Amino acid sequence: MGGTDAPALGDGDAALVEDLLDGSHRALARVITRIENRAAGYRGIVAALHEHTGGADVIGITGAPGAGKSTLVDKLAAAYRDRGDTVGVVAVDPSSPYTGGAVLGDRIRMASNVGDMDVFFRSMSARGQLGGLSMATADAVKALDAFGKDVVIIETVGAGQNEVDVVRTADTVAVLVQPGSGDDVQTLKAGILEIGDVFVVNKADMDGAERTLAELEEMVHRRESPTKGLGGGHHGFEVPDHPDGGNDETAGDAEGDDGDGDDEGEPEWIPEVVRTVANTGEGVAELIETFDAHATHLRESGAIEATKRRRYAEEIRTLVRSDVGALATAEIERRGGIDALADSVRRRETDPYSLAAEIVDPIAECVDDGEP
Amino acid sequence: MSAEQETRAVRCLVAKVGLDGHDRGAHVIARAFRDAGFEVVYSGLHRAPEEIVQAAVQEDVDVLGISILSGAHNTLVPKVIEGLKEYDAFEDTLILVGGIIPDDDETKLKELGVAEVFGPGTPMEETIEFIRNNLPERA
Repeated sequence: MGGTDAPALGDGDAALVEDLLDGSHRALARVITRIENRAAGYRGIVAALHEHTGGADVIGITGAPGAGKSTLVDKLAAAYRDRGDTVGVVAVDPSSPYTGGAVLGDRIRMASNVGDMDVFFRSMSARGQLGGLSMATADAVKALDAFGKDVVIIETVGAGQNEVDVVRTADTVAVLVQPGSGDDVQTLKAGILEIGDVFVVNKADMDGAERTLAELEEMVHRRESPTKGLGGGHHGFEVPDHPDGGNDETAGDAEGDDGDGDDEGEPEWIPEVVRTVANTGEGVAELIETFDAHATHLRESGAIEATKRRRYAEEIRTLVRSDVGALATAEIERRGGIDALADSVRRRETDPYSLAAEIVDPIAECVDDGEP
Repeated sequence: MSAEQETRAVRCLVAKVGLDGHDRGAHVIARAFRDAGFEVVYSGLHRAPEEIVQAAVQEDVDVLGISILSGAHNTLVPKVIEGLKEYDAFEDTLILVGGIIPDDDETKLKELGVAEVFGPGTPMEETIEFIRNNLPERA
């Protein structure tokens, strides 16, 4: 698109990549900063790191504010460390839409991993817009993965589409729920339910925990039945031809299509409901077992390939969209800036559609010509 | 391609070190920094110097603000600075100390590499202005 081939890697950046691969924490931190800043040359760095990635299990943890995500992540990290795994954590917090400022507070809860550099904890906030956050998170995960972390945890408040996109960059997604409010579960219905591979009822020593557990169990199994007929249903009966082929949502689908020849023995993953008390560490071991089981399931069923394909497709799309967007922005600038254009529309000299066409047509022409 | 916009933000670590339970000041500062458009990582209370170093390195902050009201600055701050040097992170981190620091100690701290010491009553704008003017250059 931009005329050149692979993104260039400057000398300094090459050394930085080298240092990161050699295990320098400083270099890793610096690379993530470059990624966050969208600093010149960061693409070359991420491109160079890509071939070194793929070794880490990536786990996403989301849930409402106060559900206990940070505390749980702390305990998870400690438990992974106990069994000898190294851990990377990317904690995403919202930033002010007005000033861009943010207070990133998740670090406060990382009490169990004091002074242990093999837990690399990094706070990030939403900067820029348009899928930028999920892109930056995915790239930061790549840096941690290339560095050699065995497990990378992405932690984010489950508040909106942005956050859902972020957490979807993980292989295994855990949704945290706090007991006691039916409302919590109500909000799950709105969309977070679909992304959870594991549901965690945290603070399970609180009143109402049993009820929340039961509600989640019910929901998980209710979700199972309507989707069954639609697509992912490798459940006991064969799905010959998709009568309604257009469903590209469920991870299992694409793989199911490819795997027509196999016997349809790949079981679908039914989300697990796990109870934890993050404060005391209760249930953390079981949660890790569940994560492992899901990772194994992904590998053995081949679903991991579909998951990764979906994710990389999303990355390519986001990148291309953002680059084309940047071209368009430059074109707008060349024509006097967005404010001037908006004013001309206000004065009825032209209209938004004509303007958009004027700006995009030259770009479209280049594409039609097949010229790079 | 290079048209992609840089989205740089000033990153600060607001740190409480040692046995000092007074964090109102740190909260106020964190909030003011946030409102100034900075990204603020808050350490929480009772951190050991190694934790502060770990956080500063991993978060790759431009600014490390250490709040000390316990009088132990002469022991704690040098430890933090040494740790930063160990990780090659001292040179491009702007180190600030906030709290009640006697003048003699202030001189010593500055010799060690603290950029500025802010005492009680310092207007928030002054601190923010200082940061904006003294941000370390970075690649």
